[in-house]
Amino acid sequence: MEVLFRNVRELVERAEAENKLISEIMIEQEMLVTDRTREEIMKQMDRNLTVMEEAVEKGLQGVRSTSGLTGGDAVLIQNYMKKGNSLSGELLLDAVSKAVATNEVNAAMGTICATPTAGSAGVVPGTLFAVIHKLNPTREQMINYLFTSGAFGFVVANNASISGAAGGCQAEVGSASGMAAAAITEMAGGSPQQCSEAFAITLKNMLGLVCDPVAGLVEVPCVKRNAMGAANALVAADMALAGVTSRIPCDEVIDAMYKIGQTMPTALKETAQGGLAATPTGRWLEAKIFGGAVVGREQ
Amino acid sequence: MKFKSVFDIIGPVMIGPSSSHTAGAARIGRIGRDLFGRQPKWAKVHLYGSFAETYKGHGTDVAIIGGLLDYDTDDERIKTAFEDAARLGLTFEFIPETAHTEHPNTARIVLGDEQQEMSMVGISIGGGKVELVELNGFPLRLSGGGAAILVVHEDRSGCIASVAKCLADQQINIGHMEVSRKEKGNMALMVIEVDQTVSEAVLAEIATLPNITQVTRIAD
Repeated sequence: MEVLFRNVRELVERAEAENKLISEIMIEQEMLVTDRTREEIMKQMDRNLTVMEEAVEKGLQGVRSTSGLTGGDAVLIQNYMKKGNSLSGELLLDAVSKAVATNEVNAAMGTICATPTAGSAGVVPGTLFAVIHKLNPTREQMINYLFTSGAFGFVVANNASISGAAGGCQAEVGSASGMAAAAITEMAGGSPQQCSEAFAITLKNMLGLVCDPVAGLVEVPCVKRNAMGAANALVAADMALAGVTSRIPCDEVIDAMYKIGQTMPTALKETAQGGLAATPTGRWLEAKIFGGAVVGREQ
Repeated sequence: MKFKSVFDIIGPVMIGPSSSHTAGAARIGRIGRDLFGRQPKWAKVHLYGSFAETYKGHGTDVAIIGGLLDYDTDDERIKTAFEDAARLGLTFEFIPETAHTEHPNTARIVLGDEQQEMSMVGISIGGGKVELVELNGFPLRLSGGGAAILVVHEDRSGCIASVAKCLADQQINIGHMEVSRKEKGNMALMVIEVDQTVSEAVLAEIATLPNITQVTRIAD
């Protein structure tokens, strides 16, 4: 298969040599690989954007999952933020609440767009629907945000992994956060190289993150990890825009993530055998949801 | 490259909560319905590995039934698939299995009606992507990741060539192909891995060729 880029270095080099945005390189590659027109591709991404927008809106109204494990936190954060006394600031908390909103909708069997997976679907839309109030993008620039995210996700998926079962949560929420950081950087006017720095800084700080879903469900700790992923992405984007660089090149960070995932024990890769899933409360919740012997905790 | 399209990363649009356990499960069910050619009257669904462990919490069960009712991954009716099935006359049973399978997310679906019975094994390989690995006892070997179609046909001379020619006319390159049959002159299968997704129009054209019984996309 002929592609325009296989890694972040090639992606950034091509974008800079042709004086194009990363999102544009992704769109051109999609046209090349799928043999579809720009119009068709933009239309499909536009629809994904609409799905993301609707999920955020729905989550901010308050939803609950059938297991009862998650729901309602997006509303709490919004209410708190609107009082104006938050410590970390309105934009950051807006992103966090919208990431949570999306994942609460996901947990409640609502309609979402996997970005890159369902369990990590909150970070990219959460940050997008927060930064638009500051950056005032056009609809096309919002669609481009998703293509820039997708370009970095494409590199990770093909050179490492975006699956929690294969690589731990660093591969899911870690990848999603790096994707968001790169897209924020582009939307805020950063260079392709700065997008790459933002991605690297984000993923570096998510390395080693285990996938330990309580009762095997994409709820605890996943929803709150989307919140922290969104915060991580915003801070990393600001750092990159400030001129901070990653000492370890982006592709090497992705490779390190892949190798950490390979050496991570199976118990910490979506099996619900270790980590938070194996805590007394984790086991108690599992028994409560699915029946079976309650071990290790009275409640 | 395992992932070809940006929409493998930003997408699919789906009903939550899990791309592997919910969206993948719906796609496995829908392939079953496609291969059967109509809505079955009954289905027995055997779940293995992580599917067996967490199917209730992930809605894997309703998603598979939704797929058997021809619902796509983003069809909100997935949530009411059990009630819809009852209304449409599809009875079903879920059987969690303890046996070890090669892939952690595996479902064996046996389905049928008064006229016909069929069995299939599907796996959910991540991010909503799925593969069919067995049909009516025929093991289907896919190299994985790429687009693939399944052609069920009568075992007659010229059949394979006509399908290959149809793909060639559309400039679709075949990466890998396997043909198998149970007995000479009887039902046979072609599993064709291609370099790009085969459109509905091309699938429909192949279906009109002589001696072709069924054409289905089994991975994309």
